[in-house]
Amino acid sequence: MSDYLLMAVSAIFVNNILLAQYLGNCPFVGTTKKMDTAVGMAGGVLFVLVLAGLITWIFDAYLLRSFDLVYLRTIVFILVIAALVQFVETFLKKMVPPLYKGLGIFLPLITTNCAIFGVCIINVRKDFNFMETLVFSVTSAVGFGLALVIMAGLRERMATARIPKILEGTAITMITAGFMALAFFGFMGMA
Amino acid sequence: MNNIVKEFTKGLWAEIPPFRFVLGLCPTLAVTKTVETGIGMGLMLTFVLVFSNILISSLRKAIPSSVRIACFIVVIAAFVVIVELVSQAYTYGLYQQLGIFIPLIVVNCIVLGRAEAFAFKNGVVASIADGLGMGLGFTISLTVLAAIRELFGAGSIYGIDVMGPSFEPFTFMVSAPGAFVCLGLILCTMNLFGKAKDM
Repeated sequence: MSDYLLMAVSAIFVNNILLAQYLGNCPFVGTTKKMDTAVGMAGGVLFVLVLAGLITWIFDAYLLRSFDLVYLRTIVFILVIAALVQFVETFLKKMVPPLYKGLGIFLPLITTNCAIFGVCIINVRKDFNFMETLVFSVTSAVGFGLALVIMAGLRERMATARIPKILEGTAITMITAGFMALAFFGFMGMA
Repeated sequence: MNNIVKEFTKGLWAEIPPFRFVLGLCPTLAVTKTVETGIGMGLMLTFVLVFSNILISSLRKAIPSSVRIACFIVVIAAFVVIVELVSQAYTYGLYQQLGIFIPLIVVNCIVLGRAEAFAFKNGVVASIADGLGMGLGFTISLTVLAAIRELFGAGSIYGIDVMGPSFEPFTFMVSAPGAFVCLGLILCTMNLFGKAKDM
């Protein structure tokens, strides 16, 4: 049990998928202008990442490894993720319209979110078992959401601040992200 | 002819990724600890970009536009697997250093972005020029960023010691926060030479 707890703390704070492993930076810049979109994206990623992590793990363990097809992993995983995102979109639209309204526009973007694909690859490269995959996927997504929400809060404040002309736009966002990553470095001693 | 030269050169300055188009940030930040990995990543991406552009532009009349994204992803994934296997066989050191970022080329927004925005609408020759230009532009960006980070973070460039023995490495630059700050400062420098198009 304590192993899972350690893994969770590590994935959320110490090895935060965004700030320490550099995965999922495009939505990090793209969707953090406003808090609403950041929360929507974080929710979408949590939802899809957990499903994708588990399904790709099952594919890998029972299909690719048992038939010695590991070299096809990249193609199979991306197809699974693309199909899953499409399926989730259709399913939510029909069955849970309020959730679809909240997450809808973020779902297509999630197919090409490196955080999803990256976590699926990490799961199988580190030989996690099913339970570890579940914990790692959930906590990675939580870590991603945390970074996104903090960043959105900072950027909303920045909208009213006077920023030097040449730093406007992405430049100041990246530098802020750098200092956030530095703050997260403080968790290094924890795990 | 003029047109093709224009498609090629726009990737090198006017629309150089990832500085002007803020796409494909993950590899940009992750593999620029040393110049070697930066160039390696850039060249791999160029290969994938050029060949996926060729295939997509030549198939553009056959692909129904409703399922085009899925088709793009399959084409791109196929070339990424080629790169992955070749680098595992011939440049194993680089393959290990780049780690998961080689399969992650599949979800690199630059490749999918060029397929959607350019190759699907233009002929084969123009698409080759576009892919080559964008790919080389990306390689140059990564090399510049990697050179700065390696120079200050480790005191060397491409593994060659340039700062002398008395240099104290500024390890902040090779860590994750340094990557973000360094990229931010480069974007700021680019802003000096004309505003970036997209935020």
